[in-house]
Amino acid sequence: MTVLIDIQDLHKSYDTLEVLKGVNLSVKVGEVVSIIGSSGSGKTTLLRCINLLEAFQGGRILVDGQPIGYRERDGKRVRDSERRIAKQRAMTGMVFQQFNLFPHLSALDNITLGLTKVRGLSRAEAVEQAEGWLERVGMLAHRHHRPSQLSGGQQQRVAIARAVAMKPKVMLFDEATSALDPERVAEVLDTIRGLAQDGMTMVLVTHEMRFAREVSDQVVFMNAGRIEEQGPPQRLFGSPASPRLRDFLARSGI
Amino acid sequence: MNYTFNFTPVWQNWPLLLEGLALGLGLAVLSIAIGSIAGLVLAFCATGKHPALRALAFGYVSIVRNLPILVIVLFIFFGLPQLGLAFDKSTSFVLALSLYAAAYMTEVFRAGLLGVPPGISEAGQAIGLTPLSIKYYVVLPVMLRNAMPAFANNFVSLFKDTSLAAAIAVPELTFYAQKINSESFRVLEVWSVTAALYIATCYLISLLLRGLESRLRL
Repeated sequence: MTVLIDIQDLHKSYDTLEVLKGVNLSVKVGEVVSIIGSSGSGKTTLLRCINLLEAFQGGRILVDGQPIGYRERDGKRVRDSERRIAKQRAMTGMVFQQFNLFPHLSALDNITLGLTKVRGLSRAEAVEQAEGWLERVGMLAHRHHRPSQLSGGQQQRVAIARAVAMKPKVMLFDEATSALDPERVAEVLDTIRGLAQDGMTMVLVTHEMRFAREVSDQVVFMNAGRIEEQGPPQRLFGSPASPRLRDFLARSGI
Repeated sequence: MNYTFNFTPVWQNWPLLLEGLALGLGLAVLSIAIGSIAGLVLAFCATGKHPALRALAFGYVSIVRNLPILVIVLFIFFGLPQLGLAFDKSTSFVLALSLYAAAYMTEVFRAGLLGVPPGISEAGQAIGLTPLSIKYYVVLPVMLRNAMPAFANNFVSLFKDTSLAAAIAVPELTFYAQKINSESFRVLEVWSVTAALYIATCYLISLLLRGLESRLRL
């Protein structure tokens, strides 16, 4: 299988605080990778670097073979233009903890905005594709509703539809169920599971350990800005090598 | 108290009062339109990353907001011609009120922008929208909705400020009221009818803008 995301020696700091201290990770096409770890371990920051919502100071990230966000010019590292970065971001789809739907647009138009403005589809094509995705996530009946008229779980399903409708090469989920009422978690996990079964490449930052164990091909445990341990879920959850991971799993009730 | 009301001179001049009211409304709408466009640009400057543009926006707001509108009106109409910049009465007033409105609208839109959740801009980035598209399709419409109540307040306030145009003899409502007053000496009648016209108009404007606000509510 070809490597889709290749993260090489990634360093990221906020002023003097180093939050990523040399992370190496590769994700192959069709793979589902879950990132677990306590808060402050850098897992969300790592995810946000992959679609350049966070700048990073050292290392490289390659998506589909091309380095994103920065280039070498006369031996200096310079940030790509915003226009170019926008194109690179379109290769990844992102689902946020707080959904972040556009509050002034209907569920349908939340999806068609990107389809028309980024992918350049006509309005009619965009509506057709958006409706297809809304049906897929079970939200077609709510297509004319504004986000404020939807429950958290419904908003998150629309947000997933909005992201995958852009036909990204990889989907990134940032604690997609953490802001939901417990009874709404399952509907969102079902949607994510469906995408995984379709062969979508995904990176998930999650606190849902059982779900991570069930859907992932690879689980990554982060601690203090580094990858402490990684491997297939059976091994990582079944026989964790690092004492910190054992501690973390015990505290998570696994 | 045995005052005898006599509204006859007021009703005889009723068309003039309405004409004045219409002119005042026209001046207000034009000035608020110009002021809002300038305010929008300044609000983006004030909340942007560029330090010089931020300083420009804050400098403008702090100077203009600390000036009485009447001083701006008089400065433009009587002061600028000394420098060879002369405008007619109405143009001078529109210029003054636009400059004044721009400062207030900058604050209205700046507060609106600060109320736009950063997450929705990130969502726009994540689907690959360019920074300009995000501002236009996402930030602007959400900000305008946030800003509506404050915008409506300022609209009414700025409309009332058109009465100051009487100071440079722009023939709006207050100007005609003064005129009728000095010709008829029906002081109480003239000013109570004028007050009623201002109240009714402001109330209608608020009602209209509140209707718009509730239709746009998120």
